[in-house]
Amino acid sequence: MSSYSVTEPSQRQKWFAGILVVGYALITILPLVWIIATSFKSPSDAIAYPPKTFFEPTVEGYVNVFTTRTRLSEEQLQAVGEPQTWYDKLVRKDGLVISGPSRFAERFTNSVIIGFGSTVLCIVLGTAAAYAFSRFKVPLRDDLLFFILSTRMMPPIAVAIPIFLMFRSLGLNDTHAGMILLYTAVNLSLSVWLLKGFIDEIPVEYEEAALIDGYTRFQAFYKVVLPQAATGIASTAIFCLIFAWNEYAFAVLLTSGNAQTAPPFIPTIIGVSGQDWPAVAAGATLFLVPVMVFTILLRKHLLRGITFGAVRK
Amino acid sequence: MAEVVLENVSKTFAGTIALDNVSLTVPDGSFVVLLGPTGAGKTTTLRMVSGLDTPDRGEVFIDGRPMRGLAPAERNVAMVFQQYSLYPHLTVRQNLEFPLKSPLLKTPREEIDRKVSEVAEVLQIAHKLDNKATALSGGEMQRVSIGRALVRDPQIFLMDEPLSSLDAKLRADLRIELKRIQARSGATLLYVTHDQIEAMTMATHVGVLNEGKLVQFGSPREVYEQPVSVYAATRLGQPRINVLPANIFAGAPLGAASIGLRPEHIQQGEGEDALVKRVEHLGDQTRLHLTFRKHDLITVTDAHTPLRGGETIKIQPSKPLYFDAAGMRLA
Repeated sequence: MSSYSVTEPSQRQKWFAGILVVGYALITILPLVWIIATSFKSPSDAIAYPPKTFFEPTVEGYVNVFTTRTRLSEEQLQAVGEPQTWYDKLVRKDGLVISGPSRFAERFTNSVIIGFGSTVLCIVLGTAAAYAFSRFKVPLRDDLLFFILSTRMMPPIAVAIPIFLMFRSLGLNDTHAGMILLYTAVNLSLSVWLLKGFIDEIPVEYEEAALIDGYTRFQAFYKVVLPQAATGIASTAIFCLIFAWNEYAFAVLLTSGNAQTAPPFIPTIIGVSGQDWPAVAAGATLFLVPVMVFTILLRKHLLRGITFGAVRK
Repeated sequence: MAEVVLENVSKTFAGTIALDNVSLTVPDGSFVVLLGPTGAGKTTTLRMVSGLDTPDRGEVFIDGRPMRGLAPAERNVAMVFQQYSLYPHLTVRQNLEFPLKSPLLKTPREEIDRKVSEVAEVLQIAHKLDNKATALSGGEMQRVSIGRALVRDPQIFLMDEPLSSLDAKLRADLRIELKRIQARSGATLLYVTHDQIEAMTMATHVGVLNEGKLVQFGSPREVYEQPVSVYAATRLGQPRINVLPANIFAGAPLGAASIGLRPEHIQQGEGEDALVKRVEHLGDQTRLHLTFRKHDLITVTDAHTPLRGGETIKIQPSKPLYFDAAGMRLA
């Protein structure tokens, strides 16, 4: 094309941008590929040097992450009899028998409950607070907003000891409710600030129109503001979930037998029988899935721009 | 339908006086147009009546009932915003249905469908009903926004420059349509505009606002022919009224500081010489830009005038309006 355009990038710029994006994508995706590949390797392939790019895939890691196994002597093995199921057979190769389920499923469920629970709570409280800050004359508004943000100015773990003591005397140690509260408290500042930005962008005229059209303020909020804040709510929810989902330090400190989440549990898998990297990788791979699914589900809301244009500025 | 009364209403926004002791009666079934430049308090007046803002002092009455403390929904008013404020996540049809589905009205389904299609027909948006509100042109959005008010049967319609972004043809059509709807339903309308034709053709009453004060209230002809001040006189009239020092023509009364001459009130052919600077043929009329004793004047003349720039004509005032030094009209 010979014509020159200011807004349309040139062919060379497009190539350059493309290479940049693909290059960045490769760098970020490599660790994921590594983890997922390792989860399908046998333990010996997993520690092979140089690393194997091509290998015979096995689901041994996945079986190991969900089970506990015992090494038996020849006689004992004969006493147990022939393996019955495909996963029995798989572990029997190494002279092991499955002695029971591991606690992975339970820890994973805890992660789901605590992660999504705190995300929902964070969004509900955050939206309400952000709306109030955005629309009402809140006394000391700027100071309050700064105060809310200041809770993020040190690493949350810095207050671990007071929280530990508080949780102990409140009986919140090692409970789902305690962890949900804790993650909500940490995330709330982020969600209030992010959501306030999104709600600020929604012109107040829509609510005024709804008030005139015979709706109460709450109904106007629910019917007019919320649908338009969907984009902001979705992206805020993803941020909150990722934090709560991946949080490690508090989970180690405050949970054990009952409410322990997956992050502190996954590293413990390694000790069951030798260096079982595939099992760890399998645990990590499964652990990635919910956040990935959640993000993909909300992806269409992340596309901005749907609300612009219906109010004349 | 109802009478709307504002009684000594004042409102201040962050130190700026938006309304200053305004008293105004919008009679039942009337079509009241508010005129004034930006910041004169027109929109604020509408917001006081709607309940979106409440007066600092004074009281608003609708149908004799004091409105203090009542939410917009409880006042049963319909409002067309200057910004169209269509709900962007809804279709045109859903936008029009929105007020009918409110807890206030809870209209049955058949009734909703009937009203929506009726209004869509009138506003020529029937073919766009299933489009997203954001997929419309500015003019279409404005029509939907008018439609959202018209589907209702409120105590009073409040309209804030509802026709401002429509093309000339559609504006003329909708002017007639609004007037027809108002005449047929006996609706009370409080209407803000900058457009003189809208004011002159639709209004039963015109209110002139200046810096938060209501300076004149009367019929359009009254405001046009008997303005109380220079300010009120310049609100109506296209081209605008010529305001000159009073002594430029003989016969000014005592105390007169300036003389106001509507373009059609400059009689041609007799009097004193004026230089024709420019001739604008508009089709139905011709405007003459004159220089008279170093002052610029605009007047209108016969559409087929042979006059050209550079020629000289004789002019003298007819029906002059005299104003004092403060700009107030001398009786």
